[in-house]
Amino acid sequence: MINIHEVVETNEMIEKENLDVRTITLGISLLDCIDEDLDKVCDNIYNKIYDTAKDLVKTGDQIAREFGVPIVNKRISVTPIALVGGAACKTPEDFVRIAETLDEVAKKVGVNFIGGYSALVSKGMTTADRLLIESIPMALANTDVVCSSVNVGSTKTGINMDAVRLMGTIVKETANATKESDSLGCAKLVIFCNAPDDNPFMAGAFHGVTEADKIINVGVSGPGVVKTALEKVRGENFEVLCETIKKTAFKVTRVGQLVAQEASRRLDVPFGIIDLSLAPTPAIGDSVADILHEIGVEHPGAPGTTAALALLNDQVKKGGVMASSYVGGLSGAFIPVSEDQGMINAVEAGALTLEKLEAMTCVCSVGLDMIAIPGDTKDTTIAGIIADEMAIGMINQKTTAVRLIPVIGKGVGETVEFGGLLGYAPIMPVNKFSCDEFVNRGGRIPAPVHSFKN
Amino acid sequence: MNKTIITVVGKDTVGIIAKVCTYLAESHINILDISQTIVSGYFNMMMIVDMSGTDKEFNTVADDLEALGKDIGVVIKCQREEIFDSMHRI
Repeated sequence: MINIHEVVETNEMIEKENLDVRTITLGISLLDCIDEDLDKVCDNIYNKIYDTAKDLVKTGDQIAREFGVPIVNKRISVTPIALVGGAACKTPEDFVRIAETLDEVAKKVGVNFIGGYSALVSKGMTTADRLLIESIPMALANTDVVCSSVNVGSTKTGINMDAVRLMGTIVKETANATKESDSLGCAKLVIFCNAPDDNPFMAGAFHGVTEADKIINVGVSGPGVVKTALEKVRGENFEVLCETIKKTAFKVTRVGQLVAQEASRRLDVPFGIIDLSLAPTPAIGDSVADILHEIGVEHPGAPGTTAALALLNDQVKKGGVMASSYVGGLSGAFIPVSEDQGMINAVEAGALTLEKLEAMTCVCSVGLDMIAIPGDTKDTTIAGIIADEMAIGMINQKTTAVRLIPVIGKGVGETVEFGGLLGYAPIMPVNKFSCDEFVNRGGRIPAPVHSFKN
Repeated sequence: MNKTIITVVGKDTVGIIAKVCTYLAESHINILDISQTIVSGYFNMMMIVDMSGTDKEFNTVADDLEALGKDIGVVIKCQREEIFDSMHRI
């Protein structure tokens, strides 16, 4: 039988160390909503999402109540809209209508984000893909909870450099379209290489075409729990350090597995995967940077940071894999800048640069995330940064992503405030030298030699 | 069996267990185990109870106990046992 010390340990994790289930994401296929008539498509989408997700928030809240663990977000991911709207949408404005429909139904069912305003163009773009991408700035400006992502490369296909170049411009246009709110639109736009089909974390979530009609994915977090566990093994060797992270990750993931199974049963939707990611929030004590500090670097960015992050990421996965019947998504450690007080402090102290962050993305779970850059950064430079990050993903057979925010009207040294879970960020300097001739070549970078595993 | 863990945390005072037990008895909730300890100077009590005999909803019991805790100046939480089982047992 459970003893009091175990009960106290669990409740301290929840109450003092910010252990939570970060999100329950209900994936919904919209492939059966396709029609040639735009009004019909919008109606179909609204009805399908409403019918499938109407009990999601209520069920999530009830599970949180019964287990006494917060379930912070309830979200929806849908089939990439470029596929769903392709037959009906003849202009970018047509796609924006679908975005507005998603926004409306998401608010109606009470979720805080809906992901899947997406296109998968890792090798080439269809007309619909291009129209959707061109519509992103207006779609993100006209909606509040819609998240967009574009997959522009993979280890199997190489990198679609036409799409990379286009996304450089789209990021900038999105920043301009939402400049009244400090270019907030860019916080809801992710560019991926090797995007997974089943990621519950926004802004990059979408419901893959390889998925069933509907699925429950759960994202678990808990950087504070890992940090607290590590405080107890200060000065111990790497074996002890790694074992501690692994055991903690195991416990955290078990909670996610329980919540996922319960949600799956109550909503009568199959369970997909657990994504165990140490995802920070701006709350004090909910920081990945603090874990790196506890491992032994003064600030993230100091020499040793990449190695510390590598071992953290790997141990988190090892602990999580045994704790859940299906682990997927991105799983590992997220290193967004604006959402992590420790990362913000490191930038302000001059310890962390964009280049060091890029190196860290080689070993973290995702990529350059929530980084504010000067609003006058050129389109081509943004495309160059995207290309670098995509190359890291392609060559290392991992998911990488870019979520940059060129803050219109602001420059290095200024701060931008996004509010809520998105936090605030000091604007970081970007390398001033040009890559125009490189990104303007056009075409695609071929798949690397190690993709030929047949 | 429908096991729930009730935890009481706060400053030690006369009659905490009596009041909680009275409520449980009136609600036909059977106590399977009680233990207590002091953590960082605070009184910590844990009860494992079986809720299968009660006709009250989980939320009602949780709300009632929370209110009872407020009356006597302690924090009372109700959680289903599975969260502890899944975290601490393979």
